[in-house]
Amino acid sequence: MRQAIKDHNKEARLFNSRVLLGLICVVILLSLLIGRMAHLQLDNHDHFTTLSEKNRVRLLPEPPIRGLIFDREGRILAENMPTYTLVIIPELVEDIENTIASLAEIIEISEYDITRFKKLRKRGRRFHSIPLRYRLSDGEVARLAVDRYRFPGVDVEARLMRHYPYDELSVHALGYVGRINERELAHLDQAQYAGTDYIGKAGIEKAYEKLLHGEVGYKQVETNSRGRILRMLEYVPPVPGDSIHLTLDMDMQRAAKVAMNGENGAVVALDPRNGQVLTMISTPEYNPNWFVNGIDTARYNKLSQSQEQPLFNRFLQGKYPPGSTLKPFTGLGAMELGLLDEHDHSNCHGWMTLPGGERRYRDWKKQGHGRTNMEKAIVESCDVYFYELAMKMSIDQMYDFLVQFGFNQRTGVDLGGESSGLTPSSEWKKRIKGERWYLGETLISSIGQGFNLTTPLQLAVATGTLAMGGKRMYPQLLLQTEDTLSGALQPQTIKQSHQVTVNNPENWAYMVESMLKVVSSPRGTAHKIRSKTFTIAGKTGTAQVFGIAQDAEYDADKIAKKLRDHALFIGFAPVDNPEIAIAVIVENGGSGGSVAAPVARAVMDVYFGKKP
Amino acid sequence: MNLPNLGHTQESNTRGGQFFHLDIPMLLGLLTLSLTGLMILYSASGEDIDMLQRQAVRLGLGFAIMVILAQIPPINLLRWTPWLFGIGVLLLIGVLLFGHTGKGAQRWLDLGFFKFQPSEMMKLVVPMMVAWYLHQKPLPCGKRQLGVALLFIALPVFLIIQQPDLGTSLLIASAGIFVLLLSGISSKLIVVSVAMLSALAPAMWFFGMHDYQRQRVFTLFNPESDPLGAGYHIIQSKIAIGSGGLYGKGWFNGTQSQLDFLPERHTDFIFAVFAEEFGFAGILVLLAIYMFIIIRGLQIAAQAQDTYGRLVVGSLVFTFFIYIFVNIGMVSGLLPVVGIPLPLVSYGGTSMVTIMAGFGILMSIHTHRKLLPA
Repeated sequence: MRQAIKDHNKEARLFNSRVLLGLICVVILLSLLIGRMAHLQLDNHDHFTTLSEKNRVRLLPEPPIRGLIFDREGRILAENMPTYTLVIIPELVEDIENTIASLAEIIEISEYDITRFKKLRKRGRRFHSIPLRYRLSDGEVARLAVDRYRFPGVDVEARLMRHYPYDELSVHALGYVGRINERELAHLDQAQYAGTDYIGKAGIEKAYEKLLHGEVGYKQVETNSRGRILRMLEYVPPVPGDSIHLTLDMDMQRAAKVAMNGENGAVVALDPRNGQVLTMISTPEYNPNWFVNGIDTARYNKLSQSQEQPLFNRFLQGKYPPGSTLKPFTGLGAMELGLLDEHDHSNCHGWMTLPGGERRYRDWKKQGHGRTNMEKAIVESCDVYFYELAMKMSIDQMYDFLVQFGFNQRTGVDLGGESSGLTPSSEWKKRIKGERWYLGETLISSIGQGFNLTTPLQLAVATGTLAMGGKRMYPQLLLQTEDTLSGALQPQTIKQSHQVTVNNPENWAYMVESMLKVVSSPRGTAHKIRSKTFTIAGKTGTAQVFGIAQDAEYDADKIAKKLRDHALFIGFAPVDNPEIAIAVIVENGGSGGSVAAPVARAVMDVYFGKKP
Repeated sequence: MNLPNLGHTQESNTRGGQFFHLDIPMLLGLLTLSLTGLMILYSASGEDIDMLQRQAVRLGLGFAIMVILAQIPPINLLRWTPWLFGIGVLLLIGVLLFGHTGKGAQRWLDLGFFKFQPSEMMKLVVPMMVAWYLHQKPLPCGKRQLGVALLFIALPVFLIIQQPDLGTSLLIASAGIFVLLLSGISSKLIVVSVAMLSALAPAMWFFGMHDYQRQRVFTLFNPESDPLGAGYHIIQSKIAIGSGGLYGKGWFNGTQSQLDFLPERHTDFIFAVFAEEFGFAGILVLLAIYMFIIIRGLQIAAQAQDTYGRLVVGSLVFTFFIYIFVNIGMVSGLLPVVGIPLPLVSYGGTSMVTIMAGFGILMSIHTHRKLLPA
């Protein structure tokens, strides 16, 4: 059913008018486009020309040369070694797999090298050279040179690589550099690290990264369509990083390591007058050179899963019960507070109990020390004397005195990741354990057991503070910095961190005298390390690793090595005018006097052996 | 089917002296444009002769399809229209069910021997369908007919949005709507619909758009907010155009395009290459070629002898302009980034074949007119 008749002429007229309307719209929109083009191409031409130039002209970073690291006698600990690196420029190689296979017939290329190459290749650009093998030997370079014509796109480049000539020795203090990873990339100044492959990952290399790194330089270049450089427009040279001289003495480091005799532990020796760290070692060690170009997974797993924990920095992060090495501090505290003096005696018969208590607080010497005053308690390391001292001294008095020596806080050494240890107080126990403090806990705290934990570095600092009559210095490893270009030396300033309140200097002198007798007296626990050439004051310690059941016998030979007591020793020398303060810990070493003290003596021998 | 008899008889009465049913001015316009396109492509591809050859082969194919379609009398096209539409809708449903996914969107139907994009076909079939429908009605049509016609547009557009392919659905919707506008629907209705659309826009923004599409709109207004991500295309493209200046940097000398800063430089953003190398003057020439084609197309539409021919040709020509406007608008930062190529210049086959087929239909309608009595 048709409702209306189509009027073709009318429809054609209507259509034509609509086409005309459409055409007008087209013209308007077209004018809009032309206007837009005029705006971009005529009005803002200069602006966009500048932007286009910015695209075309590139800034190429020139990485600075990393500063060197020396010990206090100027021996080089970290250097930049020119090494030959085998590189491949992917763009110029037709079949990369095949090329690598053929190269492997001439020189050694490991699976790890190939995986690393593939990883780096994904990040790099086609015309950049990508390292396949580092540290080619002279022989390998020669062999490659002969067959060079067979491998277009394969090249041998000389690059500077960080190298640690002492290998393992001092690795925990020195640290190492490694390839910048993505997490680090997110945090650092990208411009400064453009073109730099390495960054300090641990130790001094990390702590002084900013100084060692230097200032990046730039080459302004014009690039062609493939991003290849056509010519250089401007050059800003990089500023090499400062060199660093450490307070460490490598002879003492080596002596400490040798004296440790393969045991696990730590040695820290410092100059108590200025806080300069002379020796700082954690055993076992590992080779930092393995980390420079990325350590392979198998070797890393072996290191990180080892029972010996070589990666663990014991002097900085190891938390050990100080044991009897804490006695000089608690003892001095009690005297300074006037709780007792040198005439007060205890009668030690090998153990004591608290009034109304069952538990026996035992002395290390089963038969007891007999009539004992403070001096004897230090020299022979009587525990019962200190238990009785603890009945007079509250845990909070003990805490207040100990923290003045730097316990329970970071020493502020110029290395990252330091532990603060633990010195208990009643407030601490309430807060952490939600329990009140018990008298029995004060007893074992007084002999450095219980909750007490210290790092070897803290012990050394506290020993130095005692030696210096209460003057506590910030320990530091940086001796001076050296401007690489001018050679100008900038000594590191020495800073005191605290002065312990001294009530009666005679108490201090008495305690030092007692510690001197630990070594000089035939009854002293460290008598075997006495020296004819210099005087040593010290204190041995034997820290329980696990609790012994009441009335059980402790037999070092029968229990597993890892459950044996830690051997400790603190000391300083010469007694009259201290120059070196030391803390030694030998894990599961057994007796402090026979195992830890000789390590301290060995280090001191090297120190005093150098003096005219 | 009860078709009005317009006095057509097939094959007889066609204009004499015509060369294979081709419109010579239009053919020359298209050839000029194609050659210009090849010239830009050669530079934009970094003097890649293989790419140039592939594009030339596609153009040849496009011209061949145009010539073949030009031979088909419009009466046949008219008869086939509803069938083509039905098949097209089925294929679109097929794409959604069995389609081949590429670049996050489902557009292709793998027929074994070749991959087929039904939405391309619908760019022609939808305006043909609307024209076929209106052809039978007295114009301007009533509200009911308008509703039916809108349904013919909305169904395929809805199916294509699901793929999702915003560019194509936009083109198809405009092609269909152009038919309606040209058919003479009242201007009051146009004003009301525009007002309604503007009111609906916020709802579209929140419920109808994908996150990436919203991002593109954000990027349009503030490309510098994300210079290395979504804003990169626009920034680099504007730099290319702007640094071209009045006369351009010269063929092969566009640093933005040659140094690889301009993305998609041989496909959607090829206009920026042209603008950089040939400048404002070059753009005026290119736009003049496009305008020549459009004006000639509208002339042909005006001369068409029946409603169907008029509406189809008119719609195709205006849609052709939409391609140009949206592409250049997008490349110069006036419009959001929508994947619409610059017709006959951008590298790529599918849309070019569709455009050339459209010109084939246009020529068929023009050259099969019956001779008017003197």
